[in-house]
Amino acid sequence: MTQHTVSSFDEELKSLDDMVMTMARSVIRQHSDCSDLLASRDATLAGRIIDGDRAIDDLQVGIEEKAIQTIAKRQPLAIDLRTVIATLKIATDLERIGDLVKNNAKRMLASSAQSQLPPGAANLEMLNERVAEQLDRMLEAFEQRDDGLAKEVWMRDIEIDTLQTSLFRELLTYMMEDPRNIGYCTHLLFCARNLERIGDHATNIAEQVHYMVTGATMPIDRPKG
Amino acid sequence: MHGVAGMSVQQIEGATVRPLPTTKIIARDVNVHYGEKHALKAVDVDIPDCSVTSFIGPSGCGKSTFLRCINRMNDTIASCRVTGKIEIDGRDIYDKTLDVVQLRARVGMVFQKPNPFPKSIYENVAYAPRLHGMSRSKAELDQIVEASLEKAGLWGEVKDRLGDSGTGLSGGQQQRLCIARAISVNPDVILMDEPCSALDPIATARIEQLIDSLRQHFCIVIVTHSMQQAARVSQRTAFFHLGTLVEEGPTTDIFTSPKDKRTQDYITGRFG
Ligand SMILES: Nc1ncnc2c1ncn2[C@@H]1O[C@H](COP(=O)(O)OP(=O)(O)O)[C@@H](O)[C@H]1O
Ligand SMILES: [Mg+2]
Repeated sequence: MTQHTVSSFDEELKSLDDMVMTMARSVIRQHSDCSDLLASRDATLAGRIIDGDRAIDDLQVGIEEKAIQTIAKRQPLAIDLRTVIATLKIATDLERIGDLVKNNAKRMLASSAQSQLPPGAANLEMLNERVAEQLDRMLEAFEQRDDGLAKEVWMRDIEIDTLQTSLFRELLTYMMEDPRNIGYCTHLLFCARNLERIGDHATNIAEQVHYMVTGATMPIDRPKG
Repeated sequence: MHGVAGMSVQQIEGATVRPLPTTKIIARDVNVHYGEKHALKAVDVDIPDCSVTSFIGPSGCGKSTFLRCINRMNDTIASCRVTGKIEIDGRDIYDKTLDVVQLRARVGMVFQKPNPFPKSIYENVAYAPRLHGMSRSKAELDQIVEASLEKAGLWGEVKDRLGDSGTGLSGGQQQRLCIARAISVNPDVILMDEPCSALDPIATARIEQLIDSLRQHFCIVIVTHSMQQAARVSQRTAFFHLGTLVEEGPTTDIFTSPKDKRTQDYITGRFG
């Protein structure tokens, strides 16, 4: 895009963008580490993920401060206004994703005493992968201002919903079969629910990218499972 | 009553027949030349009544030129040639039979630099109504002066010194005096060419508030260099560039999602 006449305005927008990218990459790494916990159940790694959420919270605060300063100083309009507002909202969604990942890490830690992987874990792994793919797409949609990719994120959220629903049924079955599974399966249930919510936040972010790029909002109804 | 023949009647008819908001001004294929210079190119626009429309765009893009077409101020510039059609309330204002003096009473104008007459505050406001024979008595004229100053938000500040010179007021007060003067003849349209650019932020805020309150009675067109001012005071915004009307629409759309790249580049400060 053409540069602003005031180049420091470009620098401010660029630095906001960089902060969002840093935040999104941290969130994606947190999610990826947390997915590894399912197999490794490494308490040290879980601890690191839980502590790591602080940095993500700080980034959100930083983005908010920067965005507010930019609004006050530049009174942005059109694409600039949409970008600053979308950035604020995206940072909020990323922060929420961070919290949900942290919660999953805690659940993994709490259930790490369980000696063997219970049934259902394989499907949870699949859910983790779907979520990771959505997060990657979301990041790229934001980075490239790619409305097509944003729409894809938006359309594909249904895959996560569907998987979550079937995992829910499966876990219920295991719990009924053997009450000793209940403790661990409950954690997995909540993890699955958290992952479904992470998917929703990724979808929100995709909607913000769409707004940022086109100035229009996504239709109200999105494909639902 | 004291308007251009035909206009008031049409307005009365319009009020009963047409739903609000009505279109007040219609411009079609308006071109302006200053000698060889083609300053305004094929402008088409509809301007609604009882609302504020702002004209934005870089200096020299033709905003003032177009504004001056609406009250035929361009007639006073020898090299200036206007073609196309402009209607107010369905009446062609370039019609040969139209009385230009009456037109300018119907279409008031406020300029960038407050320009009160070097006369008393009272006379500044009373001058035009008297000229147009709007009052039969001193009491009636007093009434018009008070009402105009009241509408312009100045009455409270000057009611005890109506005999003082208008030029002795502060810049913001002078501009409100000019607005009172413009509305004293009960116009249909008020044109404002950068009315706040010589004022401090507080005086500007008062004028903006005034514009907002006048909106219910008048069709207001304002030229402004401040995007924020356009966003605050106007319901519709038109962007001009190099003599062309590039884009016109609801102000919120223009400032959040303009359609034309030139509009976007201008309002986001990416020009040149
Ligand atoms: N009286 C005039 N004689 C010759 N050229 C003029 C005159 N008034 C304006 N122009 C030219 O017409 C163009 C539009 O001017 P104007 O309407 O004043 O622009 P704006 O109000 O958008 O700054 C400019 O190029 C300007 O130089
Ligand atoms: Mg001008």
